[in-house]
Amino acid sequence: MLLYLVRRILYAVPIALAVGLVCFMLVQIAPGDPINAIVPADAPQEVVEQVRRDYGLDKPLPIQFGLWISRVVQGDLGRSLATGRPVTADLVSAVGNTLTLALVAAAIGFVMGTILGTVAAVFRGSVIDKAAVGLAAAGVSIPHYWLGMVLVVLFSVTLNWLPAMGAGPGGSGDWRWDWEHVRFLVLPALTLSVIPMGIVTRTVRGVVMELLNQDFVTTLRGKGLRRGGIALHVVKNAAPSVLAVMGLQLGYLMGGSILVETVFSWPGTGFLLNSAIFQRDLPVLQGTILVLAIFFVVLNLAVDLVQTALDPRIRRA
Amino acid sequence: MRTTRRSLIAGGFAGAALPWDMALAQAPAGGTLRIGMTAAAVPLPNGQTDQGGEGQRFVAYTVFDSLVFWDLSRADAPSRLVPNLAAEWKADPADSKRWLFTIREGVKFHDGSPFDAHAAQWNFEKLLDSSAPHFDPRQAAQGRSRIPSVVKATALDARTLEVRTSEVDALLPYGIAWIVMSSPAQWEKVGRSWDAFLNAPSGTGPFRMTEFVQRERGVMVANKEYWNPARRPKVERLVLLPLPEANTRAAALRAGQVDWIEAPAPDVTASLRGARFNVVTNEYPHNWVWHLDFTSPSSIWRDVRVRRAANLAVDRDGIAGMMDGQMLPGVGLLTPSSPWFGKPSFKIRHDPAEARRLLAEAGFGPRNPARTKVMIPGQGSGMMQPLPMNEAIQENLREVGIAVEYEVMEWNALVNAWRAGSRDPLSRGVHALNYSYFSQDPFTALIRHVDSNLVAPRGTNWGHTVDAELDAVCKGLRETFDPAAQDALMARGHQRIVDEAMFLFVAHDLNARAMSPRVRGFVQARNWFQDFGTVTVA
Repeated sequence: MLLYLVRRILYAVPIALAVGLVCFMLVQIAPGDPINAIVPADAPQEVVEQVRRDYGLDKPLPIQFGLWISRVVQGDLGRSLATGRPVTADLVSAVGNTLTLALVAAAIGFVMGTILGTVAAVFRGSVIDKAAVGLAAAGVSIPHYWLGMVLVVLFSVTLNWLPAMGAGPGGSGDWRWDWEHVRFLVLPALTLSVIPMGIVTRTVRGVVMELLNQDFVTTLRGKGLRRGGIALHVVKNAAPSVLAVMGLQLGYLMGGSILVETVFSWPGTGFLLNSAIFQRDLPVLQGTILVLAIFFVVLNLAVDLVQTALDPRIRRA
Repeated sequence: MRTTRRSLIAGGFAGAALPWDMALAQAPAGGTLRIGMTAAAVPLPNGQTDQGGEGQRFVAYTVFDSLVFWDLSRADAPSRLVPNLAAEWKADPADSKRWLFTIREGVKFHDGSPFDAHAAQWNFEKLLDSSAPHFDPRQAAQGRSRIPSVVKATALDARTLEVRTSEVDALLPYGIAWIVMSSPAQWEKVGRSWDAFLNAPSGTGPFRMTEFVQRERGVMVANKEYWNPARRPKVERLVLLPLPEANTRAAALRAGQVDWIEAPAPDVTASLRGARFNVVTNEYPHNWVWHLDFTSPSSIWRDVRVRRAANLAVDRDGIAGMMDGQMLPGVGLLTPSSPWFGKPSFKIRHDPAEARRLLAEAGFGPRNPARTKVMIPGQGSGMMQPLPMNEAIQENLREVGIAVEYEVMEWNALVNAWRAGSRDPLSRGVHALNYSYFSQDPFTALIRHVDSNLVAPRGTNWGHTVDAELDAVCKGLRETFDPAAQDALMARGHQRIVDEAMFLFVAHDLNARAMSPRVRGFVQARNWFQDFGTVTVA
């Protein structure tokens, strides 16, 4: 197991480096000039050039990349062009907020998805199954931001039950797990949970349905095992496939909440990325994408390890 | 009343629905004004802030002060410059590159240290002197471009600041109005660090910032000892919330999480009015135009008849209707109420018949349309609704015989093309570029567009306009110190621009804001900046 773990971690290193290179180059390819984040649009040419030199943006790209990556490996993601503040400090707070949102959304989505998927598989072909499949399809198909706006109109504007935006009465720095704060999380988390809910429903339904048709389940029934006991075996066998999907979904939730965070002004990585994109704030963009990508890699690694622990056949393969 | 399961659930939610912000709900007597900004982050409270006009409006002129300011007390006339931290100023009659500013007495920073000419000198150094320990590249990037002619500022004594310029610059006070003063004593106190200063800012302004969470909120309290009683705040607290998404701003206003939002989208203003929110507008120096190219041999805009025809073809009232009244028809770079409008003989109106006649005279018609390619943004800062507005213009121009092809660009890329000029490859061979302009002072309203010395990339004369009369006006403006004579020159220059139809004039933005009926006493000045001192929240 230790060798397997070391091998997987070593695999992750070139992936992280490649991600670093890709995210550095991608933001360079995008149209626009990062200098626009720093100076007023009508700044005289000499001021623009001076600022370009001040920020090292006049250097060739390979040198800029070399400088950036050498700082990154020391844990320094540079400073925001737009605000001049350290990217790492902004990211730490944003990642924490996104993690809060993503974990709650994942919990809702995974629990709902597992319940719906299992019920649909058990009652295959029934109205319950069709309703669950329909719900899953809707969850995957409805655009996030649209659903978010509809929920705001309904629950914030019309009913005035829940806040329309923000991360708590005192901001995210003052976050606590009480209703006073959690109410700010309800709408964005619900909005964000519908896609993983849909995907997990479909996955669980497929896996459970397949397992229920397998000989070992018939054997278990024949041996007189009750429903609870059979369910335990089915869950254990379904877990590796479902976990893999959940791991991927959690990764998507971390990186894919840009629209939801913008709609709800939730101060996470999505909100940070959104403003960085519009301002061409390259250090913030590069730093955020890199951290999210590494998170994704680490998450995949963790899922692989858990899968291996649950099913040793994977390690042998 | 029958109790149902549904009513119980609803009651549970409603009972749990305490005010969103308990701290705000328990606000002190003067009230709290919560503003939803369009910016994605609270502007930096370091002094020379970021976020353009919005940063200047909400942080630079609330937490800090400038030597020269705008008179924001009137809604019925364009704002003019007035004394502020400088009680008076004048150019030295013996040396017009030397200005003397008399610093107001008795003004203190929020930290209690005095503001004097030495503090003012220190603030110019933070922008201009890269060898000074307190030089701040962030603030320099924002401030230097506002005062390009300033070489040095020196305190002659505690009350006199001498400012030297590299060339004669009669427009200097307009630039000085951008430059705000941070506290040198506070910078020392927080460890000579501008990063630390952000968390404990100190200016001389009417509000003191007590909390700064960059992407979430900026909280300010009223400065009860503010030196200018006319601008002393009536509200106890001012809270800034960055809400870049227009729908989120409107929802936050409707849900009672903010009291005031900037720039509501035109498609929600009618429903906001219906829900008893106040949508306030006023004309201000912000125009929306096509900037035309005069340099390419294939540009149809080199012919004044085509330029006039295009200006007569556009149905501005129709576009205003589409914008739910958030614009005035554009009849120049300035509105007719401006003292700088002049008396142009070419009257801009919707007259397709005359447009067709002019085009025919120029050799164009429906079977032989004049063809042009225009760069437009999908969206952008201050650009209103560029796609539907440009679609309407395209249709109007097609009807009279001008075929328009659009090159839709991402906003940031369009800004680069604008800065590079019409001949640069970044402009992709287009013959016009859609832009909206801040036009509050002689430089931004006129000089930067038409001075041949500022042809891009040296300046932002994108279309390479070269006109002897306008060059003379620009030179005169820089060398004329008498305000009345400056006004006359501006009127002459603007008149020339309209008569020659040097732009396709489309709209004057009306600077819409929506606010709760609890917000009272706001006077929307005809200016990019506003005074929050008069506002109360019931």
